[in-house]
Amino acid sequence: MTTLNPENFSCPLPLTEYETIQLAHGSGGRLSAELVSRFFLPRFGNETLNRLEDQAVVDFSQGRLALTTDSFVVDPLFFPGGDIGDLAINGTVNDVCMSGAAPLYLAAAFIIEEGLPMATLHRVLLSMEKAAKAAGVQIVTGDTKVVNRGCCDKLFITTTGVGRVPQGVNISAANLKCGDKVILSGSIADHGMAILTSREGLSFESRVQSDTASLNGLVEKMLNASPSIHAMRDPTRGGLATTLNEFAASSRVGIVLEESAIPVRPAVRGACEVLGIDPMYVANEGKLVAVVPAEVADKVLAAMRSHPLGREAAVIGEVVGDNQGLVVMRTALGAQRIVDMPVGEQLPRIC
Amino acid sequence: MCLAIPGKVVEIFQENGLLMGHVDYSGTVNKVCLEYVPEIAVGQYTVVHAGFALSVLDEEEAQQSFAAWRELVDAVAAQGTDVFGNPLEK
Amino acid sequence: MKFVDEYRDPALARRLLDQIRQIVTRPWVIMEICGGHTHAIMKNGLDQLLPVQVELVHGPGCPVCVTPVEIIDRAVAIAARPEVIFASFGDMLRVPGSSSSLFMAKSAGADVRMVYSPLEAVTLARQNPDREVVFLAVGFETTAPGNAMALLQAKREGLTNFSLLASHVLVPPAIRALLSSPGNRVQGYLAPGHVCTVMGWREYEPLAEEFRVPIVVTGFEPVDILAGLLMVLRQLEAGRHEVENQYGRSVSREGNQAAQRIVDEVFAVSDKVWRGIGVLPASGLVIRNQFALYDAERKFGVKTISVQESGLCRSGDVLQGLIKPESCPAFGRECTPEHPLGATMVSGEGACAAYFKYHRI
Repeated sequence: MTTLNPENFSCPLPLTEYETIQLAHGSGGRLSAELVSRFFLPRFGNETLNRLEDQAVVDFSQGRLALTTDSFVVDPLFFPGGDIGDLAINGTVNDVCMSGAAPLYLAAAFIIEEGLPMATLHRVLLSMEKAAKAAGVQIVTGDTKVVNRGCCDKLFITTTGVGRVPQGVNISAANLKCGDKVILSGSIADHGMAILTSREGLSFESRVQSDTASLNGLVEKMLNASPSIHAMRDPTRGGLATTLNEFAASSRVGIVLEESAIPVRPAVRGACEVLGIDPMYVANEGKLVAVVPAEVADKVLAAMRSHPLGREAAVIGEVVGDNQGLVVMRTALGAQRIVDMPVGEQLPRIC
Repeated sequence: MCLAIPGKVVEIFQENGLLMGHVDYSGTVNKVCLEYVPEIAVGQYTVVHAGFALSVLDEEEAQQSFAAWRELVDAVAAQGTDVFGNPLEK
Repeated sequence: MKFVDEYRDPALARRLLDQIRQIVTRPWVIMEICGGHTHAIMKNGLDQLLPVQVELVHGPGCPVCVTPVEIIDRAVAIAARPEVIFASFGDMLRVPGSSSSLFMAKSAGADVRMVYSPLEAVTLARQNPDREVVFLAVGFETTAPGNAMALLQAKREGLTNFSLLASHVLVPPAIRALLSSPGNRVQGYLAPGHVCTVMGWREYEPLAEEFRVPIVVTGFEPVDILAGLLMVLRQLEAGRHEVENQYGRSVSREGNQAAQRIVDEVFAVSDKVWRGIGVLPASGLVIRNQFALYDAERKFGVKTISVQESGLCRSGDVLQGLIKPESCPAFGRECTPEHPLGATMVSGEGACAAYFKYHRI
C-alpha cells in the first residue's frame, strides 16, 4: 500500500469564475468578498483575521512596542530562492526583530494590477502562509485594492509588523562603543545577485539563490546568550556597506573590517566578478549584522552558529575611535581602503 | 577597463548560427559567444568580456609563469639576493 | 575561482612587493593606462604598499571617460524617440552629457535598457520587430570584436531594426600622444592585458623602440600587477626598453586573429575625439560604408548638437596623468560621485571616482 505524504500535496487553486484579477475584485463588493474568502482567508486565517473587521483588536500587555512598515515592489515577482510573498513576510519580521522584539502580528495590504493571473496571486499567498508559519506570526488584518492595467507593476505588497521589545534590551545604531566587535550572520550578496542574474536579458543560465528568511529565531538565541547587543540590523538595500556606514555615522565612531573574514558564496562571487559588482553593496534578505561588546562576542557567536541561519556567522571587524563616521577595510594584502556609501544602485559594468 | 573574468566552459552549442557556450564561474553559469575561440573544448578555461570569450587560458603557461614567479622569488631570497643578484638587506 | 585566486595570494604579493623594494634605487614614474588596472590598484591599496620612489600615474584607459560628449548627447536624443529601444552597457548610463544622461532620459520616459552583451541587443531587435533597437557600442579594442559580431549577426538574420551608435578608441595612438607630449614624465608603462588579449603586443614594439620606454603587458589581479611592475622596474633599473608579457596565460604576441579580422571587416580606423584630450589621429573606429544601414549615426540624422562641458572639470588633465584627482579644485566639492562634473568621476574606474571611493584617509 503506497503511503501518502500530505507534504507533497500542492494546494489547489481555489475555484473562481475569473482567471485574472478584475477591477471589481478591489471595489468592495461581492467579488472582493469572494477574493478574501476564497484566496486570503484559507491562507492567513486566524481567529482575529476571520472576524473580518476593519481593524484587528489584539491583547497587548505593557511594555514597549516595536512597529515597522515596508513596501515590496520586487520585479520579477518570482526569483530563485523565493518570491515577493517571502520578502513581504520575512522583511517585515526582520525589521521588527532587529530591535530585539519578538514579532507578533502583521498587517498586509495588496495593490494588484488588473489582469494579474489568479494563479500568480495564489502562489504568492502560499509563500506568505509558509513564511508566516515559519516565523510564528499571524496576519491579522489586510486590505486589497485593484488598479487599472499599467498603473502598478503586477503586484505591490505593504506589510506592517508589531512586536514586543523585551525589558532591558536597548538596541540602536547610536550605541556602538570603541572595542565592540562586528559580527555578520552569514554570506553576503546572495539576494541581490539572485535578482540581478534572473533578470531578463542578462544571459545567466544558472541561478544564485536568494537568502530570504525570518531571523527572529536567530535573534532570540543571540539575546539569550547576551542581552547587551549594542546594534543590530539586516543589511538590505545598499548592502553591508550601507548598514555599517549608518552605524558609524550614528554612533560617531569608526569601523575597521577584515576583508578576508567576510563570507561570500563562490557562485555569488562568480556572478559579482562577471558583472563587476562589489558584494559589499548588494542587498541581503536573510542576514544580520550585530555589534556587541568584545567580552560577549564569543558567546554570541557560538549561539549564532548553533542556529541554522547562523552557521557561517563570523566576526568581521571592530569599532574604533579613529576615522569617525568612516568604514575602513583592511585588505588581504594589509592595505587599507574606505568602504563608502554607494551612490545609487550598482550597475553591471564591462569596464 | 575591459572587465574580463576567467571561467570554465561546461557546454558548447549553436544558437542562431553562432557558436555559443555555457561558462561556469564557481557555480554561476553564463551564456557566452565562443566564435572567437572556436578551438576551445569543454573543460577549458577562457577569459570572457561582455559576453564574448576572447582567449583560451593556457593552463600550462599559467602554471609555469606562476610557478616561475614563486620559484624566482623563493630562490633568490634563499640565496640572500634580489632578482638582480644584489645582496638582500636584512 | 581558478585563474583568479592564485593571483590574489597575499603571501606571493608580499614577496613581490619585497622584491620591488629591493631593486628600486631611484624614483620612477610608471603609468598604468587601463582603468581596470587603476581600479585594481586602488581597491587592493597597492599604491599604499609600493615604495615611495615608485609613482603610479593613471592614464586614459577608461573608454567610458573618453567617450565624446557629442556621443552622449546623440544617444540621449535618439533614446528619446518613441520608436527606439536604446540598449547600453551599465557603465554608460550615468555619464553626464551636456545637459542629460541616459539615466535621466530613462526617468523622463525613454526606453533605455541595460545589457551585459551586445548580442542581447540583437535579441531585443529580433523580439521587437516594430521597434528600432540602437546599441551604444563603446569601448577599446577588447569590446570592438563583440560589437562587430553583433552587427554582423543582425545583418545575417536580416534584421532591419538594429543599429550601433559606435564610439571605439584605440590604445597605442593614445600612448604615442602621451609620450610625444612635452610635459610627459612617464618612464614605463603597464599595457592593458585584455586589449592585448585581442590585439597581441606587436603594436607596442615600435613605441618602446622609438620612445625608449619599457612596456609590460599586465593582467589585473594583485599578483599580476605587482609582477608587471617588477618587470618594468627591472628594465628601468637596467636601462632596457622592451615589450614584455606578464599576462602570458591570456596574451600572445599575435593576439586573437579571428577577432582582429572581424573588427577589420566591420570597422575602419579614423581620427577621433577623446573627451578631455582632443583629437588623436587614427585613434578610433568607425563603421564601414557597406554597413551604413547598421550605423545609428547615419540612420538617425541627429542635428549637430552644441556641446557644453563644465568649465571646472579637469578630467582631461587627469586622463593624461598631468594631475592627480585630488589636485583638481572641484574634487570632492562641486564634483562628487553623486554630482559628477566629468566622466572620470562617474565611471566606476575613472581615476577621480576611484580616488574618491578608496582614498579619503
